[in-house]
Amino acid sequence: MKGFRYLEGVATLELSSALCIGCGRCVEVCPHQVFRMEEKRALIADRDACMECGACALNCPAAALKVDAGVGCASGMIHEWLREKKLPGLSGGGCCG
Amino acid sequence: MVPPGLYAIGTPDAQAPVVVTANYKMSYDIVRRALSGRNVWLLVLETYGINVWCAAGKGTFGTGELVRRIEASGLAQAVSHRRLILPILGAAGVSAHRVKQRSGFEVVYATVRADDLPAYLDQGGTATPAMRELRFNWYDRLVLIPVEIVLAAKPVAPVAALLYLGARLFWGADAAAATALAFLGAVLTGIAAGPLLLPLLPGRSFAVKGACAGLLYCALLYALAAGVRWGGAATAACFLALPAVSAFYTLNFTGCTTYTSKSGVKKEMRLGLPIMAGALGVALIIVIAGRLLV
Repeated sequence: MKGFRYLEGVATLELSSALCIGCGRCVEVCPHQVFRMEEKRALIADRDACMECGACALNCPAAALKVDAGVGCASGMIHEWLREKKLPGLSGGGCCG
Repeated sequence: MVPPGLYAIGTPDAQAPVVVTANYKMSYDIVRRALSGRNVWLLVLETYGINVWCAAGKGTFGTGELVRRIEASGLAQAVSHRRLILPILGAAGVSAHRVKQRSGFEVVYATVRADDLPAYLDQGGTATPAMRELRFNWYDRLVLIPVEIVLAAKPVAPVAALLYLGARLFWGADAAAATALAFLGAVLTGIAAGPLLLPLLPGRSFAVKGACAGLLYCALLYALAAGVRWGGAATAACFLALPAVSAFYTLNFTGCTTYTSKSGVKKEMRLGLPIMAGALGVALIIVIAGRLLV
């Protein structure tokens, strides 16, 4: 995204180009222009721009894309950790109401 | 909340385009306003009053609800074509090929913003790169801050009260009020100043950005509130604890941004939370030691 870059080398996005059928759906759904089409195959042009929303993997009809998708939200994650550890936390999950 | 179902904008016929949105009142209003004066079908999904992006993340703006709503609304009888126009940010919840398999309707993801829909339709269903791009400008961040302050108030108020009572017990009313106010200021710095100054603050890590904002706040406080009279222990504690509090709240803003990833936030938390907790602990030890030794 213009003017904003997040941490480098953390995104879990993976593309298996052997499985790619070149439909271009990933280019269509990605709001951060992570993908580019080259010779009728998709390629990852900017992995560090990936926010791991999961739209590309969910919409890839060839299942060529994998990403550990989720919302990057600190308070949501703290609540999740508390739940996993079965510790009583504050109610409500923060982000997105 | 808008009841889910099929709505008509203008007088759409069987060939009119079908636009899909969430039943968040604001989403619905923005889409309706953007498309006023046109003849378009609007299919509103049940997202329990939540916007498209957040509902897609939760899965309520999703494949299942879309297929269900197509059937329940009788869309197949209202239109002769089999094409749905979805917002790009809805793609995180909807699987286009599964919708096609289950309902026969083809899904196209049009634009990020509803305001670009008229131009998209006029261009025969093609989006320019600008229409597909997320933005996050100063105003976008500003409007989020009041909500964040309200959300933070619940856990912050008891902590501020506890700080006040604790400080009052050992140092008296004036110091207690100053402590509680300094803490609230650090929270506000993390929630408001951090996000607003986001591109100006150094680094990519939100925790680092927040800590920098906190340090700046601390320096201002020191300069404006006669810091030379605070004493060594209180000064050291302030410069340790306040930036840690600001760092936490700016890190928390990652939940509101449109470019931070789960893996990135995880990494920041793994590294940052122990440092923040450590800074708070050391600050506490310093003020207690200062009290006992002096």
